[in-house]
Amino acid sequence: MTTILSGYAAAITLAAGLFIGVSQPAAADPPSHDQAPHQHWSFDGPLGNFDLASVQRGYAVYAEICSVCHGMQHVRFGDLAGMGLNAAQVQAIAASHKIPDGIGTDGAPAMRSATADDSFPTPPIAQGLIPGAVIPPDQSRLAEVYPGGPDRIYALLTGYGPPPAGVTPPPGLFYNRFAQARAIAMPPPLSDDAIEYADGTKATTEQEARDVTTFLAWVAQPHLAERHRTGVRVMLYLVFLGVLLFFLKRRLWSNVH
Amino acid sequence: MAGPPSRHTAETGATGDDSPQNSDMTGFSGWLDARLPVVSAFRTEYIRFPMPRSLNALWTVGAMLTVVLVLMLLSGLALAMNYTPTAAGAFASVEAIERRLPAGWLLRSMHMTGASLFLAALYVHLFRGLYYGSYKAPREVLWLIGVALLAMVMVTAFAGYVLPWGQMSYWGADVAGKAIGAVPGIGPFLERLFLGGDQPGDVTLHHLFVLHFTLAFGIVGIVGLHLAALHVAGPGNPTGLPAKEPEQTLPFHPYFTVKDGLGLVVFALIFAAVLFFFPTLISEPENYRPANPLHTPADIEPEWYFLPFYGILQSIPSKFGGLVASVGAILVLFITPWLDTSPIRSARNRPVYRIGMIALVMSFILLGFAGKHHVEGAWLYVGQLATLYYYLHFLVLMPLVSRRENAALAYGSMIRVGDAR
Repeated sequence: MTTILSGYAAAITLAAGLFIGVSQPAAADPPSHDQAPHQHWSFDGPLGNFDLASVQRGYAVYAEICSVCHGMQHVRFGDLAGMGLNAAQVQAIAASHKIPDGIGTDGAPAMRSATADDSFPTPPIAQGLIPGAVIPPDQSRLAEVYPGGPDRIYALLTGYGPPPAGVTPPPGLFYNRFAQARAIAMPPPLSDDAIEYADGTKATTEQEARDVTTFLAWVAQPHLAERHRTGVRVMLYLVFLGVLLFFLKRRLWSNVH
Repeated sequence: MAGPPSRHTAETGATGDDSPQNSDMTGFSGWLDARLPVVSAFRTEYIRFPMPRSLNALWTVGAMLTVVLVLMLLSGLALAMNYTPTAAGAFASVEAIERRLPAGWLLRSMHMTGASLFLAALYVHLFRGLYYGSYKAPREVLWLIGVALLAMVMVTAFAGYVLPWGQMSYWGADVAGKAIGAVPGIGPFLERLFLGGDQPGDVTLHHLFVLHFTLAFGIVGIVGLHLAALHVAGPGNPTGLPAKEPEQTLPFHPYFTVKDGLGLVVFALIFAAVLFFFPTLISEPENYRPANPLHTPADIEPEWYFLPFYGILQSIPSKFGGLVASVGAILVLFITPWLDTSPIRSARNRPVYRIGMIALVMSFILLGFAGKHHVEGAWLYVGQLATLYYYLHFLVLMPLVSRRENAALAYGSMIRVGDAR
């Protein structure tokens, strides 16, 4: 009985605290990984925009490295036009991918070149066809659904390193201080000069991580910049209309009060 | 509404035949109005309609709700034309809407923001009604229709949330199925009927898609009734005293068209700010993962607008008891006009009831927080206390305060009668 009463007393105190604005410390377990430091991103904040050059470089990293294991099943090649490519460039990218095309006349699975209307193929490992392998997550919405978002993805990609003394990651996993339980199945994907950027940007590990994170953020919300642009116009219109209506209302009601 | 055209009063015309009604309008509108008095009805109900001049800003919420409802219907129709109601195709079709349908991202954002803000405005509308006694005679039917609308909107919102078939959609349907299954006796049968199998799947999606669609149009029809009932006695007002004298009222147009218009623009500003700049306030990232029956999310949580009822559900230790208590929280609203029998309408003139109302709103908000924290730790006691108060307010406070006020009023009139002698 006493416990119940003290519980209610605590509840009342808590409720009272809530109303005078005292926030209760969250009773969460300490995270099993380091907190990803906040990075400055072009798409941050309510007015963020995408640095399309970085998105395009990020796509190059995705195409060369990530796509070996990760799928992007909800994105079609045609969607790449949104990162500033023209129709011919999109066609060229699509045509460079082979996708399954039913069963051929010889009874073996047939392949054909992809078109702009095809989705990005999901590699066998991401389809779960490799026994025992950890399934790499689909990247269509990864930047949105991954706990920690773009900051954490960037931190993960640059967070590999030798484990501290006395720590051995489980077999088959790699030490990464930003991964859940500080171990991750993904081998270090990026390295200096792992790819060559078409625009001549120096491909350091950090630059690659930054670009591919920007690409993943873009692919998760391809209409973010348009949404913000439209929003500014709508808000300007509504504020203007609101001011007009405010004065109209005041004038109409002036003979009432 | 305008009275029926009286066809038998004027026996003019060579044949004694029907002659068109007299109308102060000429041209096509006069011709139409003599045959179908829509023009004069609109004038009576929305131009000249007398409105209490004491209405405050809370009385513009109804207009906001009407406009959002239209927006939901239009965006919903466009979305439905591009949506596939199957377990295999639903998630991909929503992705295609967001990524490739021209302005599809805008349609879907409107529909999602609309759902959240519709429920938000509806709660404001509900508590405004409770605070100012909008349920009292002669507006009981208006109130009943309103509570029925609240229930319909909640079912529609739940059904709509399952349709994208993300992780929260799937596991939300799963939890709802289990809740239905907790009904003694027929529960397991109802659960199977709802899910169409042992777990959410194709049939569940079909059920909820049809339900979402049908109820949406049902809501539009019932809103028509709600408005018709409103125009019988006219709106209540914050003073609680009927505004009968001409000097207490103002014509709907232009006074309340401009006031509602201003309210609408303020609401639209909030709407646009959430839609365009802060969509994370109303969206759940976990629902952008496709439904996976093999992986239960760590934290299954309904949309914010269900959290108070989720809080009640979890505060009661018994599963079925929790279900009864959270459904009962809506049902008790249906009998409110008969629990509160005091003739004094507005809480402004009822000091005890006023404190009770403030406590009710606080309980509702606290229940939301308790639901969000899964009534863990101290939140269990907060949830239980708030649930207790919610019911006490309706079932004990309302009748008691009414009795005291009725007695005081009877005593007062007795004294006045005595003075007159």
